[in-house]
Amino acid sequence: MHGLVNKAIEAFVIDTYGAQPWRVIAQMCELDDPHFEAMMSYEGDITSRVIDCATRVLKADRADFLQNLGTYLVSQPSQQAVRRLLRFGGVDFVDFLYSLDDLRDRARLAVSDLHLPRLELREHTSNQFSLTVRSKLDGFGHVLVGLLTAMADDYGALVMLDYGGRRGEVETVAIALLERSFAEGNSFELGARV
Amino acid sequence: MKVDRALGCAAPIEWSALEAALDILCPMHLRLTETGHIIHAAPTLQKMCAESDLIGKRFLEVFLLDRPRAITTMSELMARARSKLHMEFRVAPHTSLKGVLVRLPAGQGALVNLSFGISVVEGVLDYRLTSADFAATDLAIEMLYLVEAKSAAMDASRKLNQRLQGAKLAAEEQAATDTLTGLKNRRAADRILAQKIEESGAFALMHLDLDYFKAVNDTKGHAAGDHVLQEVAKVMRAETRKGDMIARVGGDEFMILIDDEVSKVKLAEIAARLIQGIEKPIPFEQDVCNISASIGIAVHLECGHLDLDTLVQHSDRALYASKDKGRACATFFDDLEAPKP
Repeated sequence: MHGLVNKAIEAFVIDTYGAQPWRVIAQMCELDDPHFEAMMSYEGDITSRVIDCATRVLKADRADFLQNLGTYLVSQPSQQAVRRLLRFGGVDFVDFLYSLDDLRDRARLAVSDLHLPRLELREHTSNQFSLTVRSKLDGFGHVLVGLLTAMADDYGALVMLDYGGRRGEVETVAIALLERSFAEGNSFELGARV
Repeated sequence: MKVDRALGCAAPIEWSALEAALDILCPMHLRLTETGHIIHAAPTLQKMCAESDLIGKRFLEVFLLDRPRAITTMSELMARARSKLHMEFRVAPHTSLKGVLVRLPAGQGALVNLSFGISVVEGVLDYRLTSADFAATDLAIEMLYLVEAKSAAMDASRKLNQRLQGAKLAAEEQAATDTLTGLKNRRAADRILAQKIEESGAFALMHLDLDYFKAVNDTKGHAAGDHVLQEVAKVMRAETRKGDMIARVGGDEFMILIDDEVSKVKLAEIAARLIQGIEKPIPFEQDVCNISASIGIAVHLECGHLDLDTLVQHSDRALYASKDKGRACATFFDDLEAPKP
Protein backbone atom coordinates (compact mmCIF):
# COMPACT_ATOMS: atom_id res chain seq x y z
CA MET A 1 0.00 0.00 0.00
CA HIS A 2 0.88 3.63 -0.17
CA GLY A 3 3.70 4.99 1.98
CA LEU A 4 1.17 7.05 3.95
CA VAL A 5 -0.49 3.86 5.21
CA ASN A 6 2.80 2.16 6.02
CA LYS A 7 4.17 5.29 7.67
CA ALA A 8 1.01 5.48 9.81
CA ILE A 9 1.56 1.93 11.05
CA GLU A 10 5.18 2.73 11.81
CA ALA A 11 4.23 5.90 13.71
CA PHE A 12 1.58 3.98 15.65
CA VAL A 13 4.03 1.28 16.73
CA ILE A 14 6.77 3.77 17.66
CA ASP A 15 4.42 6.10 19.57
CA THR A 16 2.64 3.26 21.35
CA TYR A 17 5.32 0.62 21.92
CA GLY A 18 8.60 2.46 21.35
CA ALA A 19 11.38 2.65 18.77
CA GLN A 20 13.09 -0.56 19.85
CA PRO A 21 10.18 -2.93 19.02
CA TRP A 22 9.80 -1.16 15.68
CA ARG A 23 13.44 -1.88 14.84
CA VAL A 24 12.84 -5.56 15.60
CA ILE A 25 9.71 -5.56 13.41
CA ALA A 26 11.48 -3.79 10.55
CA GLN A 27 14.29 -6.30 10.73
CA MET A 28 11.91 -9.25 10.81
CA CYS A 29 10.07 -7.89 7.74
CA GLU A 30 13.41 -7.40 6.01
CA LEU A 31 12.65 -3.79 5.15
CA ASP A 32 15.44 -2.19 3.12
CA ASP A 33 15.03 0.97 5.14
CA PRO A 34 13.63 0.70 8.67
CA HIS A 35 11.64 3.89 8.09
CA PHE A 36 8.89 4.28 5.53
CA GLU A 37 8.61 7.38 3.39
CA ALA A 38 5.09 8.80 3.50
CA MET A 39 5.11 10.00 -0.08
CA MET A 40 6.50 6.91 -1.76
CA SER A 41 4.74 3.86 -3.12
CA TYR A 42 5.56 0.39 -1.82
CA GLU A 43 4.81 -3.08 -3.11
CA GLY A 44 1.37 -4.33 -2.16
CA ASP A 45 2.04 -7.09 0.35
CA ILE A 46 4.50 -5.16 2.48
CA THR A 47 1.65 -3.76 4.61
CA SER A 48 0.32 -7.23 5.51
CA ARG A 49 3.82 -8.39 6.26
CA VAL A 50 4.42 -5.47 8.62
CA ILE A 51 1.15 -6.15 10.43
CA ASP A 52 1.94 -9.87 10.73
CA CYS A 53 5.41 -9.18 12.10
CA ALA A 54 4.14 -6.45 14.43
CA THR A 55 1.48 -8.65 16.03
CA ARG A 56 4.06 -11.41 16.49
CA VAL A 57 6.75 -9.17 17.98
CA LEU A 58 4.33 -7.26 20.20
CA LYS A 59 2.43 -10.44 21.06
CA ALA A 60 -0.76 -8.52 20.26
CA ASP A 61 -4.07 -9.84 19.06
CA ARG A 62 -4.42 -8.89 15.39
CA ALA A 63 -7.93 -7.46 15.78
CA ASP A 64 -6.92 -5.38 18.82
CA PHE A 65 -3.78 -4.15 17.11
CA LEU A 66 -5.70 -2.95 14.05
CA GLN A 67 -8.49 -1.41 16.08
CA ASN A 68 -5.98 0.53 18.21
CA LEU A 69 -4.29 1.67 15.02
CA GLY A 70 -7.61 3.11 13.83
CA THR A 71 -8.14 4.94 17.12
CA TYR A 72 -4.59 6.23 17.08
CA LEU A 73 -5.02 7.75 13.62
CA VAL A 74 -7.78 10.03 14.87
CA SER A 75 -6.93 10.70 18.48
CA GLN A 76 -3.15 11.02 18.48
CA PRO A 77 -2.18 14.71 18.54
CA SER A 78 0.66 14.08 16.07
CA GLN A 79 -1.91 12.77 13.55
CA GLN A 80 -4.11 15.88 13.73
CA ALA A 81 -4.21 16.12 9.95
CA VAL A 82 -6.17 12.86 9.66
CA ARG A 83 -8.78 13.93 12.20
CA ARG A 84 -9.21 17.32 10.56
CA LEU A 85 -9.51 15.94 7.05
CA LEU A 86 -12.12 13.45 8.24
CA ARG A 87 -14.02 16.19 10.06
CA PHE A 88 -14.38 18.08 6.80
CA GLY A 89 -16.60 15.19 5.74
CA GLY A 90 -19.61 16.14 7.83
CA VAL A 91 -21.11 18.59 10.29
CA ASP A 92 -22.31 15.82 12.61
CA PHE A 93 -21.54 12.13 13.04
CA VAL A 94 -24.30 10.87 10.70
CA ASP A 95 -23.24 13.37 8.05
CA PHE A 96 -19.71 12.11 8.56
CA LEU A 97 -20.82 8.48 8.16
CA TYR A 98 -22.31 9.31 4.78
CA SER A 99 -19.13 11.04 3.69
CA LEU A 100 -17.30 7.72 4.06
CA ASP A 101 -18.74 6.63 0.71
CA ASP A 102 -16.58 9.37 -0.84
CA LEU A 103 -13.54 8.79 1.35
CA ARG A 104 -11.68 6.91 -1.37
CA ASP A 105 -12.26 9.66 -3.93
CA ARG A 106 -11.49 12.42 -1.45
CA ALA A 107 -8.19 10.78 -0.56
CA ARG A 108 -7.33 10.44 -4.24
CA LEU A 109 -8.06 14.11 -4.86
CA ALA A 110 -5.42 14.97 -2.29
CA VAL A 111 -2.82 12.31 -3.14
CA SER A 112 -3.48 10.92 -6.58
CA ASP A 113 -1.73 7.58 -6.05
CA LEU A 114 -3.31 6.87 -2.68
CA HIS A 115 -5.86 4.09 -3.16
CA LEU A 116 -7.83 3.49 0.00
CA PRO A 117 -10.30 0.60 0.23
CA ARG A 118 -13.79 1.21 -1.03
CA LEU A 119 -16.33 1.92 1.74
CA GLU A 120 -20.09 1.74 1.50
CA LEU A 121 -22.60 2.86 4.10
CA ARG A 122 -26.10 1.40 4.40
CA GLU A 123 -28.80 2.93 6.53
CA HIS A 124 -31.13 0.30 8.01
CA THR A 125 -33.06 2.56 10.35
CA SER A 126 -32.30 6.13 11.35
CA ASN A 127 -30.03 4.78 14.09
CA GLN A 128 -28.77 1.57 12.54
CA PHE A 129 -26.11 1.53 9.87
CA SER A 130 -23.67 -0.90 8.40
CA LEU A 131 -20.42 -0.09 6.73
CA THR A 132 -18.86 -2.51 4.29
CA VAL A 133 -15.25 -2.35 3.24
CA ARG A 134 -13.66 -4.19 0.35
CA SER A 135 -9.95 -4.70 0.85
CA LYS A 136 -7.24 -7.23 0.16
CA LEU A 137 -5.88 -6.37 3.57
CA ASP A 138 -7.44 -8.82 6.03
CA GLY A 139 -8.74 -6.94 9.05
CA PHE A 140 -9.28 -3.51 7.58
CA GLY A 141 -12.71 -3.54 9.24
CA HIS A 142 -11.00 -3.55 12.64
CA VAL A 143 -9.12 -0.38 11.70
CA LEU A 144 -12.49 1.17 10.86
CA VAL A 145 -13.98 0.14 14.21
CA GLY A 146 -11.16 1.97 15.99
CA LEU A 147 -11.37 4.96 13.70
CA LEU A 148 -15.16 5.28 13.96
CA THR A 149 -15.07 4.97 17.76
CA ALA A 150 -12.60 7.83 17.93
CA MET A 151 -14.54 9.93 15.41
CA ALA A 152 -17.79 9.39 17.35
CA ASP A 153 -15.99 10.67 20.45
CA ASP A 154 -14.72 13.60 18.47
CA TYR A 155 -18.23 14.52 17.35
CA GLY A 156 -19.65 13.82 20.80
CA ALA A 157 -21.91 11.00 19.57
CA LEU A 158 -22.54 7.78 21.48
CA VAL A 159 -22.27 4.68 19.28
CA MET A 160 -21.90 0.94 19.52
CA LEU A 161 -19.78 -0.76 16.90
CA ASP A 162 -19.65 -4.40 16.04
CA TYR A 163 -17.20 -6.10 13.71
CA GLY A 164 -19.19 -8.47 11.52
CA GLY A 165 -16.41 -10.61 10.05
CA ARG A 166 -14.89 -11.08 6.61
CA ARG A 167 -16.45 -12.80 3.60
CA GLY A 168 -14.23 -12.98 0.58
CA GLU A 169 -12.65 -9.55 0.49
CA VAL A 170 -15.58 -7.81 2.16
CA GLU A 171 -15.75 -6.94 5.83
CA THR A 172 -18.73 -5.43 7.64
CA VAL A 173 -19.02 -3.13 10.63
CA ALA A 174 -22.41 -2.63 12.29
CA ILE A 175 -22.99 0.83 13.71
CA ALA A 176 -25.69 1.58 16.26
CA LEU A 177 -26.14 5.27 16.99
CA LEU A 178 -27.37 5.50 20.58
CA GLU A 179 -27.24 9.27 20.90
CA ARG A 180 -26.36 11.91 18.32
CA SER A 181 -25.11 14.51 20.75
CA PHE A 182 -24.17 12.66 23.89
CA ALA A 183 -21.25 14.87 24.81
CA GLU A 184 -19.84 18.18 23.72
CA GLY A 185 -17.27 16.69 21.36
CA ASN A 186 -14.13 18.37 20.19
CA SER A 187 -14.29 21.67 18.42
CA PHE A 188 -13.54 21.82 14.74
CA GLU A 189 -12.64 25.09 13.11
CA LEU A 190 -12.62 25.16 9.36
CA GLY A 191 -9.69 27.50 9.24
CA ALA A 192 -7.49 26.22 12.06
CA ARG A 193 -3.84 25.95 11.24
CA VAL A 194 -2.25 22.67 12.22
CA MET B 1 -33.66 40.67 -18.61
CA LYS B 2 -35.00 37.15 -18.34
CA VAL B 3 -34.55 36.64 -14.59
CA ASP B 4 -35.94 40.01 -13.66
CA ARG B 5 -39.06 39.48 -15.70
CA ALA B 6 -39.59 36.07 -14.13
CA LEU B 7 -39.54 37.69 -10.72
CA GLY B 8 -41.89 40.36 -11.92
CA CYS B 9 -44.77 38.19 -13.05
CA ALA B 10 -46.80 37.66 -9.89
CA ALA B 11 -48.34 39.71 -7.13
CA PRO B 12 -46.12 41.77 -4.76
CA ILE B 13 -43.38 39.59 -3.31
CA GLU B 14 -43.83 38.35 0.19
CA TRP B 15 -40.44 39.31 1.51
CA SER B 16 -40.41 37.59 4.87
CA ALA B 17 -41.03 34.14 3.41
CA LEU B 18 -38.78 34.65 0.43
CA GLU B 19 -35.98 36.06 2.54
CA ALA B 20 -36.14 33.11 4.94
CA ALA B 21 -35.70 30.84 1.92
CA LEU B 22 -32.95 32.98 0.44
CA ASP B 23 -31.09 33.00 3.75
CA ILE B 24 -30.72 29.24 3.41
CA LEU B 25 -29.94 29.17 -0.29
CA CYS B 26 -27.64 32.19 -0.29
CA PRO B 27 -26.39 32.86 3.26
CA MET B 28 -24.25 35.71 1.96
CA HIS B 29 -26.83 37.82 0.13
CA LEU B 30 -28.01 41.39 0.62
CA ARG B 31 -31.19 43.14 -0.40
CA LEU B 32 -30.77 46.71 -1.50
CA THR B 33 -33.26 49.48 -2.04
CA GLU B 34 -33.44 51.30 -5.34
CA THR B 35 -31.17 53.93 -3.80
CA GLY B 36 -28.58 51.32 -2.88
CA HIS B 37 -29.23 51.12 0.87
CA ILE B 38 -28.97 47.72 2.52
CA ILE B 39 -32.26 46.60 4.04
CA HIS B 40 -31.52 42.94 4.61
CA ALA B 41 -28.32 40.99 5.24
CA ALA B 42 -28.25 37.18 5.22
CA PRO B 43 -26.94 35.33 8.32
CA THR B 44 -23.31 34.76 7.31
CA LEU B 45 -22.84 38.42 6.45
CA GLN B 46 -24.47 39.33 9.75
CA LYS B 47 -21.93 37.13 11.48
CA MET B 48 -19.12 38.86 9.61
CA CYS B 49 -20.13 42.46 10.37
CA ALA B 50 -22.00 44.17 13.15
CA GLU B 51 -25.58 44.82 12.02
CA SER B 52 -25.13 48.55 12.37
CA ASP B 53 -22.33 48.33 9.84
CA LEU B 54 -24.70 46.93 7.25
CA ILE B 55 -28.37 47.71 7.64
CA GLY B 56 -29.24 51.20 6.51
CA LYS B 57 -25.80 51.77 5.04
CA ARG B 58 -25.32 52.29 1.34
CA PHE B 59 -23.82 49.28 -0.43
CA LEU B 60 -21.04 51.35 -1.96
CA GLU B 61 -20.28 52.79 1.44
CA VAL B 62 -19.64 49.32 2.86
CA PHE B 63 -17.88 47.84 -0.15
CA LEU B 64 -15.19 49.19 -2.44
CA LEU B 65 -15.64 47.96 -6.00
CA ASP B 66 -12.36 46.58 -7.35
CA ARG B 67 -13.70 45.54 -10.73
CA PRO B 68 -15.27 47.22 -12.60
CA ARG B 69 -13.44 50.07 -10.92
CA ALA B 70 -15.33 52.93 -12.49
CA ILE B 71 -18.46 52.21 -10.44
CA THR B 72 -19.12 54.90 -7.85
CA THR B 73 -22.85 55.38 -8.01
CA MET B 74 -25.83 53.10 -7.52
CA SER B 75 -27.14 53.66 -11.03
CA GLU B 76 -23.78 52.56 -12.45
CA LEU B 77 -23.94 49.48 -10.23
CA MET B 78 -27.50 48.69 -11.34
CA ALA B 79 -26.30 48.89 -14.92
CA ARG B 80 -23.84 46.08 -14.18
CA ALA B 81 -26.64 43.73 -13.09
CA ARG B 82 -25.95 40.04 -13.71
CA SER B 83 -22.25 40.43 -14.39
CA LYS B 84 -19.47 39.45 -12.03
CA LEU B 85 -18.39 42.06 -9.48
CA HIS B 86 -15.18 42.11 -7.44
CA MET B 87 -15.18 44.10 -4.23
CA GLU B 88 -13.69 44.35 -0.78
CA PHE B 89 -14.87 45.53 2.60
CA ARG B 90 -13.86 49.11 3.21
CA VAL B 91 -13.02 48.17 6.81
CA ALA B 92 -10.35 45.73 8.00
CA PRO B 93 -9.63 42.94 7.27
CA HIS B 94 -10.64 44.20 3.82
CA THR B 95 -11.74 40.72 2.78
CA SER B 96 -12.23 40.48 -0.96
CA LEU B 97 -15.48 39.09 -2.20
CA LYS B 98 -17.06 38.42 -5.50
CA GLY B 99 -20.68 38.89 -6.22
CA VAL B 100 -23.49 39.33 -8.65
CA LEU B 101 -26.41 41.77 -8.55
CA VAL B 102 -29.94 41.10 -9.78
CA ARG B 103 -32.46 43.91 -10.19
CA LEU B 104 -35.88 43.41 -8.67
CA PRO B 105 -38.93 44.37 -10.68
CA ALA B 106 -40.96 47.52 -10.33
CA GLY B 107 -38.29 49.57 -8.65
CA GLN B 108 -38.11 47.24 -5.65
CA GLY B 109 -34.34 47.46 -5.51
CA ALA B 110 -31.87 44.64 -6.03
CA LEU B 111 -30.46 41.44 -4.59
CA VAL B 112 -26.70 40.96 -4.36
CA ASN B 113 -25.26 37.53 -3.69
CA LEU B 114 -21.69 37.41 -2.39
CA SER B 115 -19.03 34.74 -2.11
CA PHE B 116 -15.46 34.51 -0.88
CA GLY B 117 -14.03 33.04 -4.02
CA ILE B 118 -10.37 32.26 -3.55
CA SER B 119 -10.17 34.27 -0.31
CA VAL B 120 -12.26 31.62 1.49
CA VAL B 121 -9.21 30.27 3.36
CA GLU B 122 -8.53 33.63 5.02
CA GLY B 123 -12.25 34.28 5.28
CA VAL B 124 -13.00 31.32 7.54
CA LEU B 125 -10.04 32.24 9.72
CA ASP B 126 -10.89 35.94 9.98
CA TYR B 127 -14.57 35.38 10.73
CA ARG B 128 -14.37 31.95 12.43
CA LEU B 129 -16.92 30.52 10.04
CA THR B 130 -18.26 26.98 10.29
CA SER B 131 -19.91 24.61 7.82
CA ALA B 132 -23.27 26.02 8.89
CA ASP B 133 -22.27 29.43 7.53
CA PHE B 134 -22.10 28.10 3.99
CA ALA B 135 -24.96 26.91 1.83
CA ALA B 136 -25.24 23.12 1.78
CA THR B 137 -24.49 23.20 -1.94
CA ASP B 138 -21.50 25.53 -1.60
CA LEU B 139 -18.20 23.93 -2.55
CA ALA B 140 -16.34 26.05 0.02
CA ILE B 141 -15.97 23.16 2.49
CA GLU B 142 -14.66 20.88 -0.24
CA MET B 143 -12.26 23.59 -1.26
CA LEU B 144 -11.04 24.03 2.31
CA TYR B 145 -10.65 20.27 2.59
CA LEU B 146 -8.59 20.22 -0.58
CA VAL B 147 -6.41 23.13 0.46
CA GLU B 148 -5.66 21.42 3.75
CA ALA B 149 -5.19 17.96 2.27
CA LYS B 150 -2.97 19.28 -0.49
CA SER B 151 -0.80 21.29 1.87
CA ALA B 152 -0.37 18.25 4.10
CA ALA B 153 0.62 16.16 1.08
CA MET B 154 2.87 18.92 -0.21
CA ASP B 155 4.52 19.17 3.20
CA ALA B 156 5.25 15.47 3.24
CA SER B 157 6.64 15.69 -0.30
CA ARG B 158 8.80 18.63 0.58
CA LYS B 159 10.25 16.76 3.55
CA LEU B 160 10.95 13.77 1.35
CA ASN B 161 12.68 16.00 -1.21
CA GLN B 162 14.81 17.57 1.48
CA ARG B 163 15.85 14.17 2.76
CA LEU B 164 16.66 12.96 -0.74
CA GLN B 165 18.64 16.12 -1.44
CA GLY B 166 20.57 15.58 1.79
CA ALA B 167 21.26 11.98 0.86
CA LYS B 168 22.45 13.05 -2.60
CA LEU B 169 24.85 15.61 -1.13
CA ALA B 170 26.14 13.05 1.35
CA ALA B 171 26.69 10.55 -1.46
CA GLU B 172 28.55 13.15 -3.51
CA GLU B 173 30.57 14.03 -0.46
CA GLN B 174 31.67 10.43 -0.07
CA ALA B 175 32.31 9.90 -3.76
CA ALA B 176 35.94 9.48 -4.76
CA THR B 177 35.48 10.03 -8.47
CA ASP B 178 35.35 13.13 -10.60
CA THR B 179 32.19 12.52 -12.60
CA LEU B 180 33.32 14.33 -15.75
CA THR B 181 36.62 12.55 -16.32
CA GLY B 182 36.25 9.41 -14.24
CA LEU B 183 39.57 10.29 -12.56
CA LYS B 184 39.95 10.46 -8.79
CA ASN B 185 38.79 13.70 -7.16
CA ARG B 186 40.67 15.95 -4.75
CA ARG B 187 39.39 14.21 -1.62
CA ALA B 188 40.48 10.80 -2.91
CA ALA B 189 43.83 12.22 -4.01
CA ASP B 190 44.55 13.62 -0.53
CA ARG B 191 43.63 10.31 1.05
CA ILE B 192 45.78 8.22 -1.29
CA LEU B 193 48.78 10.58 -1.00
CA ALA B 194 48.57 10.61 2.80
CA GLN B 195 48.44 6.83 2.83
CA LYS B 196 51.37 6.57 0.45
CA ILE B 197 53.48 8.87 2.60
CA GLU B 198 52.68 6.80 5.64
CA GLU B 199 53.60 3.58 3.85
CA SER B 200 57.03 5.17 3.30
CA GLY B 201 56.92 4.47 -0.40
CA ALA B 202 59.21 6.26 -2.77
CA PHE B 203 57.18 8.05 -5.41
CA ALA B 204 56.91 11.21 -7.46
CA LEU B 205 54.06 13.69 -7.42
CA MET B 206 53.34 15.57 -10.63
CA HIS B 207 51.20 18.65 -10.39
CA LEU B 208 49.84 19.37 -13.83
CA ASP B 209 47.99 22.48 -14.93
CA LEU B 210 46.56 22.92 -18.43
CA ASP B 211 47.75 25.91 -20.46
CA TYR B 212 45.33 27.91 -22.64
CA PHE B 213 42.39 25.88 -21.32
CA LYS B 214 40.53 29.00 -20.20
CA ALA B 215 40.68 30.31 -23.76
CA VAL B 216 38.99 27.12 -25.02
CA ASN B 217 36.29 27.41 -22.40
CA ASP B 218 35.73 31.10 -23.09
CA THR B 219 35.72 31.03 -26.89
CA LYS B 220 34.32 27.58 -27.69
CA GLY B 221 32.04 27.04 -24.71
CA HIS B 222 31.80 24.67 -21.76
CA ALA B 223 30.92 21.67 -23.89
CA ALA B 224 34.25 22.05 -25.71
CA GLY B 225 36.02 22.54 -22.36
CA ASP B 226 34.44 19.37 -20.94
CA HIS B 227 35.45 17.42 -24.02
CA VAL B 228 39.03 18.64 -23.74
CA LEU B 229 39.20 17.58 -20.09
CA GLN B 230 38.00 14.10 -21.03
CA GLU B 231 40.58 13.82 -23.80
CA VAL B 232 43.33 15.00 -21.46
CA ALA B 233 42.26 12.34 -18.96
CA LYS B 234 42.70 9.72 -21.71
CA VAL B 235 46.24 10.94 -22.47
CA MET B 236 47.15 10.79 -18.79
CA ARG B 237 45.80 7.27 -18.47
CA ALA B 238 47.73 6.19 -21.54
CA GLU B 239 51.02 7.67 -20.32
CA THR B 240 50.92 6.27 -16.81
CA ARG B 241 50.90 2.79 -15.35
CA LYS B 242 48.03 1.01 -13.74
CA GLY B 243 49.22 1.51 -10.17
CA ASP B 244 49.72 5.26 -10.59
CA MET B 245 47.04 7.62 -9.36
CA ILE B 246 45.56 10.36 -11.52
CA ALA B 247 43.25 12.91 -9.95
CA ARG B 248 41.51 16.03 -11.16
CA VAL B 249 41.94 18.38 -8.24
CA GLY B 250 40.61 21.60 -9.71
CA GLY B 251 39.00 22.94 -12.88
CA ASP B 252 42.01 22.26 -15.12
CA GLU B 253 44.42 21.06 -12.48
CA PHE B 254 45.57 17.48 -12.04
CA MET B 255 47.80 15.45 -9.74
CA ILE B 256 49.57 12.32 -10.82
CA LEU B 257 51.27 10.00 -8.40
CA ILE B 258 53.98 8.01 -10.15
CA ASP B 259 54.56 5.07 -7.89
CA ASP B 260 57.98 3.68 -7.13
CA GLU B 261 59.78 5.98 -9.53
CA VAL B 262 62.21 8.68 -8.43
CA SER B 263 64.67 8.73 -11.31
CA LYS B 264 64.71 12.23 -12.68
CA VAL B 265 65.47 11.00 -16.17
CA LYS B 266 62.47 8.66 -16.20
CA LEU B 267 60.18 11.23 -14.69
CA ALA B 268 61.28 13.88 -17.17
CA GLU B 269 60.46 11.43 -19.95
CA ILE B 270 57.01 10.77 -18.60
CA ALA B 271 56.38 14.50 -18.22
CA ALA B 272 57.53 15.17 -21.74
CA ARG B 273 55.23 12.46 -23.11
CA LEU B 274 52.32 13.88 -21.15
CA ILE B 275 52.88 17.38 -22.52
CA GLN B 276 53.31 16.03 -26.02
CA GLY B 277 50.11 14.02 -25.79
CA ILE B 278 48.13 16.93 -24.39
CA GLU B 279 49.44 19.28 -27.08
CA LYS B 280 47.98 17.13 -29.86
CA PRO B 281 45.13 19.17 -31.36
CA ILE B 282 41.79 17.96 -30.02
CA PRO B 283 38.96 17.95 -32.57
CA PHE B 284 35.63 19.14 -31.26
CA GLU B 285 32.63 19.29 -33.60
CA GLN B 286 33.89 21.27 -36.64
CA ASP B 287 36.61 22.89 -34.56
CA VAL B 288 40.03 22.07 -33.11
CA CYS B 289 41.18 22.89 -29.60
CA ASN B 290 44.85 23.50 -28.87
CA ILE B 291 46.17 23.40 -25.34
CA SER B 292 49.30 22.43 -23.50
CA ALA B 293 50.34 21.67 -19.95
CA SER B 294 52.81 22.87 -17.32
CA ILE B 295 54.08 20.37 -14.80
CA GLY B 296 55.76 20.60 -11.40
CA ILE B 297 57.42 17.49 -10.00
CA ALA B 298 58.20 16.76 -6.36
CA VAL B 299 59.74 13.56 -5.14
CA HIS B 300 59.06 11.71 -1.93
CA LEU B 301 61.96 9.48 -0.99
CA GLU B 302 61.18 7.62 2.22
CA CYS B 303 59.07 7.50 5.31
CA GLY B 304 59.02 10.75 7.25
CA HIS B 305 60.76 12.56 4.45
CA LEU B 306 57.93 15.04 3.87
CA ASP B 307 54.41 15.50 5.09
CA LEU B 308 51.49 15.80 2.72
CA ASP B 309 51.23 19.59 2.81
CA THR B 310 54.92 20.11 2.19
CA LEU B 311 54.97 17.64 -0.67
CA VAL B 312 52.02 19.30 -2.36
CA GLN B 313 53.61 22.70 -1.77
CA HIS B 314 56.80 21.52 -3.44
CA SER B 315 54.98 20.28 -6.50
CA ASP B 316 53.01 23.51 -6.57
CA ARG B 317 56.12 25.70 -6.52
CA ALA B 318 57.71 23.62 -9.24
CA LEU B 319 54.55 24.00 -11.31
CA TYR B 320 54.65 27.77 -11.01
CA ALA B 321 58.29 27.76 -12.01
CA SER B 322 57.21 25.96 -15.20
CA LYS B 323 54.55 28.59 -15.81
CA ASP B 324 57.14 31.33 -15.27
CA LYS B 325 59.47 29.69 -17.75
CA GLY B 326 56.87 30.13 -20.45
CA ARG B 327 54.59 27.12 -19.90
CA ALA B 328 54.45 23.80 -21.72
CA CYS B 329 57.32 22.38 -19.71
CA ALA B 330 58.12 20.44 -16.57
CA THR B 331 60.24 21.52 -13.58
CA PHE B 332 61.60 19.54 -10.64
CA PHE B 333 61.30 21.10 -7.20
CA ASP B 334 64.86 19.94 -6.55
CA ASP B 335 66.09 22.17 -9.34
CA LEU B 336 64.61 25.32 -7.91
CA GLU B 337 66.90 27.73 -6.14
CA ALA B 338 66.55 27.54 -2.38
CA PRO B 339 63.90 30.01 -1.20
CA LYS B 340 65.30 33.11 0.41
CA PRO B 341 64.77 33.22 4.16
